Amino acid sequence: MITREVPLIFTAGAPGRTGYMPPASDVQEESVDTLIPAAYLRDEAPPLPELSELEVVRHFINLSRLNHAVDVGFYPLGSCTMKYNPKVNEAAAALPGFARIHPYQPEESVQGALAMMWHLGRYLCEISGLHAASLQPAAGAQGELAGLMVIKAYHEAQGAGQQRREVIVPDSAHGTNPASAAMCGYKVITVPSDSQGGMDLEALQAAVGPATAGLMLTNPNTLGLFDANIVEIARIVHEAGGLLYYDGANANAILGISRPGEMGFDVVHFNLHKTFSTPHGGGGPGAGPIVVCKELEPFLPVPVVVKKADDTYALDYDRPQSVGRVRSFYGNFGVLVRAYTYIRRLGPDGLKQVSETAVLHANYLLSKLKPYFDLPYDRVCMHEFVLSGKRQKAKGVRTLDIAKRMLDFGIHAPTVYFPLIVDEALMIEPTETETLETLDAFVEVMTTIAREVEENPEVVKEAPHHTPVGRLDETRAARQPNLRWRPS
Amino acid sequence: MSYIPTTDAERQRMLAEIGVKSVDDLFAEIPSAARLRQPLNLPAGCSEAEVFSHLKTLAAQNADLDTYACFMGGGVYDHLIPAALTDIVSRNEFVTAYTPYQPEVSQGVLQSIYEFQSLICLLTQMDVANASVYDGASACAEAALLACNQTRRGTILMAEGLHPEYRAVVQTYLEQQDLKTVIVPMQNGTINIEALSDLLTSEVAGVIVQHPNFFGNLEAVYDIGKAVHAAGAIYIACVDPISLGVLAPPGAYDADIAVGDGQSLGNQPSFGGPSFGFMAVKEALLRRLPGRIAGETIDHSGRRGFVLTLQTREQHIRRERAASNICTNQALNALCATVYLSLLGKQGLAAVANQCLQKAHYAQKQLCALPGWRAAFSQASFYQEFTLECDHDIDAVNQRLLEHKIIGGLPLARFDQRYANLALFCVTEARTRSEIDRLVDVLRTL
Repeated sequence: MITREVPLIFTAGAPGRTGYMPPASDVQEESVDTLIPAAYLRDEAPPLPELSELEVVRHFINLSRLNHAVDVGFYPLGSCTMKYNPKVNEAAAALPGFARIHPYQPEESVQGALAMMWHLGRYLCEISGLHAASLQPAAGAQGELAGLMVIKAYHEAQGAGQQRREVIVPDSAHGTNPASAAMCGYKVITVPSDSQGGMDLEALQAAVGPATAGLMLTNPNTLGLFDANIVEIARIVHEAGGLLYYDGANANAILGISRPGEMGFDVVHFNLHKTFSTPHGGGGPGAGPIVVCKELEPFLPVPVVVKKADDTYALDYDRPQSVGRVRSFYGNFGVLVRAYTYIRRLGPDGLKQVSETAVLHANYLLSKLKPYFDLPYDRVCMHEFVLSGKRQKAKGVRTLDIAKRMLDFGIHAPTVYFPLIVDEALMIEPTETETLETLDAFVEVMTTIAREVEENPEVVKEAPHHTPVGRLDETRAARQPNLRWRPS
Repeated sequence: MSYIPTTDAERQRMLAEIGVKSVDDLFAEIPSAARLRQPLNLPAGCSEAEVFSHLKTLAAQNADLDTYACFMGGGVYDHLIPAALTDIVSRNEFVTAYTPYQPEVSQGVLQSIYEFQSLICLLTQMDVANASVYDGASACAEAALLACNQTRRGTILMAEGLHPEYRAVVQTYLEQQDLKTVIVPMQNGTINIEALSDLLTSEVAGVIVQHPNFFGNLEAVYDIGKAVHAAGAIYIACVDPISLGVLAPPGAYDADIAVGDGQSLGNQPSFGGPSFGFMAVKEALLRRLPGRIAGETIDHSGRRGFVLTLQTREQHIRRERAASNICTNQALNALCATVYLSLLGKQGLAAVANQCLQKAHYAQKQLCALPGWRAAFSQASFYQEFTLECDHDIDAVNQRLLEHKIIGGLPLARFDQRYANLALFCVTEARTRSEIDRLVDVLRTL
């Protein structure tokens, strides 16, 4: 990388420059204060940057070169499923018939869009083994919230809304699970994991009761392990009158192999930006559609896309038991187009091959790395696995140091310090789209770092050395917040 | 399968290394009751050319805004998008990056978020902004929750002029925590200030007012602010960011929180998403702001850099005590806004905002001169949207307009039967005078 520091856009350019102007107005211009009372007008134009088009292009292209990305290199970030984002998905989403349609156009003028959404909903039902879908949630966390609202509405319809005030989550859960439950007005009950990394059945049995609204679970869990007790877990929760919520963050392991419906789940969300190959965009947009069992269908957010008797498609708002709206319009439609394209491209065989290969790749890496790092749960893993940096910590090198050192080799670090139940955790998810050469190169890097920890720990502790900036002072950022540029 | 590189020989090599015979052995832990025994019932996979052809067929069934002149707004707007923007935001290093959890290799994303936060603050004249939330509706909902947490009060007032879908989302979010929402009715197209005063009890945590409101009209934002603050409540202004090129910013009328939807800033309509929601607050509310925030810092050798900061507000640290459950946001859409505002700059934004204002007033004047059409709220000032009352069946009118390659005004009956016979028109800088005249001509022949 040649480019290092890129000046802030506010300090570049010169007064009087602009990078884009609309065409000259072709209507009779009125004086603004005859249209708007003066008190409502802005006194002074906001001090926005003033740059030429080329200056703006260079600024952002130079910024882009400071990023690691899937299209730049390996990204084994556990739980995030950083697989390749096929380019045909982008081409499809950019078609004017998808990108340039208004959400309130008459329904007969958007039949192609509604048909795509209806079919995507059906596909997600088939993939999850459940009954009906809502594509409205904008991300996984919003899917969790919407799914919990559906569970809550169900209990209320049963007359048990006042009693069932608790949601159970395992201690290995993603942070969004308890946060979503709290946002949905639930009390969060945390249940420990057993010695095999699965849910502790005795603890679960003790936790459920008449107050249980539901259990939120990721399976395979955040350790990358399939909970073989899942059918028993579902029985315990259902017998107590609760429902089961499937956090689909790890669905890349199960496509065409096992379905949440058969595991016993009642509600699922999928992260289309993980499992279904839509790009992460530096943090979003994602999409977090939910799929529910038949009993929960009446409670889905409005509107729902329906297919009418005459084979046309419509938006159905007439759903009196619905939880209401969770997002404006119909969801992150552009993301839905990409996921639909991906599913149609792969088909049932391709999707199954995705999960088989993702799991194969993860086990291959696990097998290769096991001699060099601590493995808290020595089992066959699913699409990801969690190592511990305990051995290295004893030498004074922390997992954070190992993560930073990996950046020097052009590899993004795995997810670190999560799940919380593993000391010095390194969560590695290779995905199905990486080559064996890349996996082997990763092993080489990891073993090199393990050796450095023994022989030359300082090089690891002071890493990264070859990135655009060195290790950044996060404490300073939090203690002396500088969150924006201000005009002098 | 071109997305999966693993050959049969490589698969065998990996299986041997793992010490199992077949890939199926890796799934042995899944109990048989949870195993899928048949293939998924989905259409067979196909080549890239075939799938793209299928998608083109679906897309062709939709009336797109390249072909149709759009006079519909209501939260999604057809603005011109610079070619340079489309090019920049397609950069793979932005598109295929994850959330910047490793700042040393994410400075591009992080600096652009810092610039985004700065631009939102400059536009709204607020102190601090987050890195985005899902959309304008969830921004309103998050602001409402923030107000309840800050004031420890349990009621949010929403102006009737707040987008009906935003109102619906706020209500869905709040009722989960047994918080109350109350609508402040409208009189002649703007908030009924007396009704507002009556409703402003000591239970009220915050008031959400959209300006210009859903019906296009300017609200009495200064007077509203005084009333809200006198009652000790939080003042939440929901604004169209482009309008801030001509209209006074929320900071000028003392809003505590400025929110809105950012689709208009360089994002395609895309059937309503993805866009992004923005949230900016006064300094005093910073620690309650949900979502990601980028901040400036230095590395060990003193070089400037950016990181995600103040993360103890967030779900991955605080879990059930977090400010919000939000994790993934709308980063790439926020980047569109950053690039859009950088390209247009001070002059470009003022020019676009002024043209929306001018063209909307030109159109409104022509349309109101037609028999059977009149301004629904004749006293109110408007910006780029205006509500007309119409003697014709608005859905039938819009059918007729479609035949002329025009997407007509938004029939408001879809939100409330009280709004039957009302149509909300929007005219942005993207509409030409000849398109406006064509709309008027077709309506004249009804």
